[in-house]
Amino acid sequence: MDELLLRSLTPGVLGVLVRRGADFAAAEDAVQDALVEAVRVWPDDPPRDPKGWLVTVAWRRFLDASRADAARRRREDVVDEEPAPGPAPAVDDTLQLYFLCAHPSLTASSAVALTLRAVGGLTTRQIAQAYLVPEATMAQRISRAKRTVSGVRFDQPGDVATVLRVLYLVFNEGYSGDVDLAVEAIRLTRQLAAAIDHPEVAGLLALMLLHHARRAARTAPDGSLVPLARQDRGRWDTRAIAEGVEILQAALARDRLGEFQAQAAIAALHADAPTAEETDWVQIVEWYDELARLTDSPVVRLNRAVAVGEADGPRAGLAALAALDDSLPRHTAVAAYLHERDGDLEKAAKLYAEAAGQASNLAEVAHLTRQAARLNALRSR
Amino acid sequence: MAKYLLLKHYRGAPKAVNDVPMDQWTPQEITDHVRYMGDFAARLEKTGEYVDGQALAPEGTFVRYDGEGRPPVTDGPFAETKDLIAGWMVIDVDSYERAVELAGELSAAPGAGGKPIHEWLELRPFYTEPPTITE
Repeated sequence: MDELLLRSLTPGVLGVLVRRGADFAAAEDAVQDALVEAVRVWPDDPPRDPKGWLVTVAWRRFLDASRADAARRRREDVVDEEPAPGPAPAVDDTLQLYFLCAHPSLTASSAVALTLRAVGGLTTRQIAQAYLVPEATMAQRISRAKRTVSGVRFDQPGDVATVLRVLYLVFNEGYSGDVDLAVEAIRLTRQLAAAIDHPEVAGLLALMLLHHARRAARTAPDGSLVPLARQDRGRWDTRAIAEGVEILQAALARDRLGEFQAQAAIAALHADAPTAEETDWVQIVEWYDELARLTDSPVVRLNRAVAVGEADGPRAGLAALAALDDSLPRHTAVAAYLHERDGDLEKAAKLYAEAAGQASNLAEVAHLTRQAARLNALRSR
Repeated sequence: MAKYLLLKHYRGAPKAVNDVPMDQWTPQEITDHVRYMGDFAARLEKTGEYVDGQALAPEGTFVRYDGEGRPPVTDGPFAETKDLIAGWMVIDVDSYERAVELAGELSAAPGAGGKPIHEWLELRPFYTEPPTITE
């Protein structure tokens, strides 16, 4: 049985239940029950109309749950008659679910969890494993999130930017457990791109594809990080790159630039270079300028300093870096890299070691310590 | 079964035998060390003795309550803090002897020159639930 196909039906089924008058929280529980039932029954008895099957089972579960709840007996009279199936506005329902699950009243972690469950069709256990928290904790986070959005009207238009922020967070998390969050984020963004025509949705999808294309080359067999310049470009996924570039070009042609399109453009320029030396750094600096205008983020200006260092030489990069707050994450690591390029190995080694002490993950700690060790070994020769 | 905490210190433990800062190792020695640690945890998962392992960043903050309606006071990080924990591993083993054996293996992780670090790890038993049968 195709689990992805099953999960791709989730938002549509949930949308039907909510439009029939079921409240979101109860409908979401009923859809989860139906998914579990499908996993059990479909391998031996595949339905002719998978979505119709899920709607029927989920609706029955919803009614059972409502009946079981004495306090909801009054509502039972309202919902007992199954409405005749009308024209299915599947696309709109899916879009509304994205908006609801990324509602501004939710915290980022709640929005992420709710999106993965209600739109992605993942189980609470899978989401808990992916984020390395106990299942009970994740269950609580999801049910609180559902309570938070319970008063939101389903047909209210939402803000695409909040949805994109949530999907970006999911993509950036990497993966642990049996769910690959990067792949899931791409799937959900693709589904969103099919539901709404928006250049930034396309930009984010392109950005994800272009970065995901490098995944195999990003870590060595021993698990250590391989920086972009040292990656074996033959291991990049050329199909994902081609798709990302095509999506990006179509989006850019609309002339409604946003931060995700600009970030994707930078990733595309890296993807376009056959070797690290052939990277078009001048154009990349221009895109960082564009990005800085769009977001005014200090992280963008830090990355820009690296690009300037490549385009105009390490001294120019250090000058750009000097204008930035040195408490920024990775500031010390960038300084170390630029000083190494400038030939000051002693200073670079010291800064790499210092940067290792500031890194936020073990892979980077090991990588930066290794850089310091490499330079120290060179100097003692 | 008994749970033990294996504590690794940035500072505060007695000096290791092979005590060379990591940035003075060769890159290959760092790679070998990281692999040893990963393999150790993987092996304990296989034997059913692994519970949890986490590494901590070196810089933290002290926080305390400062009275009704006031934001908490924060202080630090303190460069002079004597005891600084780097990380831990929680194991669930049959005996104290087994816990000591495993801590000894972890302490043998290779360092500078490819030789064991012989670093001191702190071994602390968890308090357990009170037993059901008491007499």
